[in-house]
Amino acid sequence: MAEAAVLPGTAVPRRWWSPHSGPALLAAAPLLFLLVFFLYPVFRLMLLSVEGGTTAHFEKALTDGLYVAVLLRTLEIAAYVTVLCLVLGYPFAYFLATATPFWATIGFVFLLLPFWTSILVRTYAWMVILGRNGIINRFLLDTGLVSDPIPMLNNLAGVLVGMVHVLLPYAVFPLYSAIRRVDPGLLLAAEGLGASGWQVFRRVFFPLTLPGVLAGSSLVFILSAGFFITPALLGGGRVIMVAVLIEKQVRELLNWGFAAALSIVLLGAVLFVYFLLRRLMRSELEWS
Amino acid sequence: MELKLRRGGAMRLALGVYATFLCVFLMLPLVVVVPISFSSSSYLQFPPPGWSLRWYRAFADDPVWMGAAWRSFQVGVSATLLSTVLGTLLAFSLVRGRYPGKQLVAQIAATPLILPTIIYSIAVYSLFATLKLIGDWRGIVLAHTVHALPFVVIIVAAALRTFDVSLEHAAMGLGASRLRAVWRVTLPQIRPAIVSAMFLAFISSFDELVIAMFLGGSNMTLPKKMFDNIVNEIDPVIAAVSVLQIVLVSAILLVVARFGSGARPPD
Repeated sequence: MAEAAVLPGTAVPRRWWSPHSGPALLAAAPLLFLLVFFLYPVFRLMLLSVEGGTTAHFEKALTDGLYVAVLLRTLEIAAYVTVLCLVLGYPFAYFLATATPFWATIGFVFLLLPFWTSILVRTYAWMVILGRNGIINRFLLDTGLVSDPIPMLNNLAGVLVGMVHVLLPYAVFPLYSAIRRVDPGLLLAAEGLGASGWQVFRRVFFPLTLPGVLAGSSLVFILSAGFFITPALLGGGRVIMVAVLIEKQVRELLNWGFAAALSIVLLGAVLFVYFLLRRLMRSELEWS
Repeated sequence: MELKLRRGGAMRLALGVYATFLCVFLMLPLVVVVPISFSSSSYLQFPPPGWSLRWYRAFADDPVWMGAAWRSFQVGVSATLLSTVLGTLLAFSLVRGRYPGKQLVAQIAATPLILPTIIYSIAVYSLFATLKLIGDWRGIVLAHTVHALPFVVIIVAAALRTFDVSLEHAAMGLGASRLRAVWRVTLPQIRPAIVSAMFLAFISSFDELVIAMFLGGSNMTLPKKMFDNIVNEIDPVIAAVSVLQIVLVSAILLVVARFGSGARPPD
């Protein structure tokens, strides 16, 4: 950081122009851009939800059983995806952090290549793999392991597979960097004091990686709560998440006010979880 | 640093087996589309009954597919350039500046990351409808720039924070202006970060479906065309497009690895 150390209690004179005002001015163009093309449209949308001074849209979104069910279902799916990504991602992040450079590179290539591949490509591939006549069912039928195809598409299982595949790297990256930061001396110390392998993990190693766990889980949860493509394609109309509902309200029913109210409710739920996790982390955003 | 599993062999082996299974899960969708794209059959048969290039030809001969691909490329490059310039300015301001309201600016810059894309999509759709920007590829560029901006800010700011400012001061002490010092010393030093940021920005636009679905109108981007194809006809053209995309991304990744690694100044 370029900031000079300021002693506590010293008054820093604030002038409109100082040697540090130059960097402040650099923010003008990007800030104006975000103001016009980001904050303003989002603000406008929020106004649409209470257009005509009525809160009817919010009442409908929060009391109508159908919509409440979709909202709860969305949060439930987001929670499943988050837990799955953490449970599957933690050992893999550990593997990446502890493997020899050669195997770590291989692991990263296999993690990054799908990460950079279009979500649509991957979703399409899962349809081919999981479908009624898909690769897995064909294999199971041909080998006689099952007599009827197992339904893996157009249901919760398909949506979870697709979403975990997309979001797993978002959990692995923060977990990896947290595991890399663990001081091995602390593990040796715990062992030297007589802790068993499990105790070292449970009492020393895992708590030290907690920031990574929280960062990964909040990222995965926030992203999955707003997911559209995967539930729309792998859910086959049977797994309705809020994003799919919002899209329908706007494009098919032109019900802007209600779509806006649903958006705010979704945003409220996401922000609630986000700030909850941030409080738990007690750390600032990376650049602030 | 070196972390070692105390339990030794058995646990290490179990971890290796687990990692292998996870890699298979991660790579499976990418591997599966390759044989299907070379299939001679119109049906999704696996393994394919015969081999052909007909789906690649179908893609190349179809003006709708090619138009969508070209439009996505155009939008991606434009959004990349715009978000890289704006994001780098913002990163400089956040790392170097000391001014009231900086925290707020940092929060605003991060918000597009937290806001679900569907919400931003309908918000910008409603605004652009009144501005008559629906169906205009430049409208998608603007929205994709917002979408990509936080990535650029995070990556460039992280690089700037580890950059030793005294190098820039040294250049200025030797007579360079601030602008010249930044251009000739600072930017070349953080070039790997800028290259990575550009890559991320391009991919985030090139793959983006939801915003483009609302703003594109009848002018489809590649993801929209793919989405329609999956929903409506689902023929192996989509597999051919998928393979081409995977090859493109791998090629760009190699370029990034090449230019992202060295931090040599130009000339």
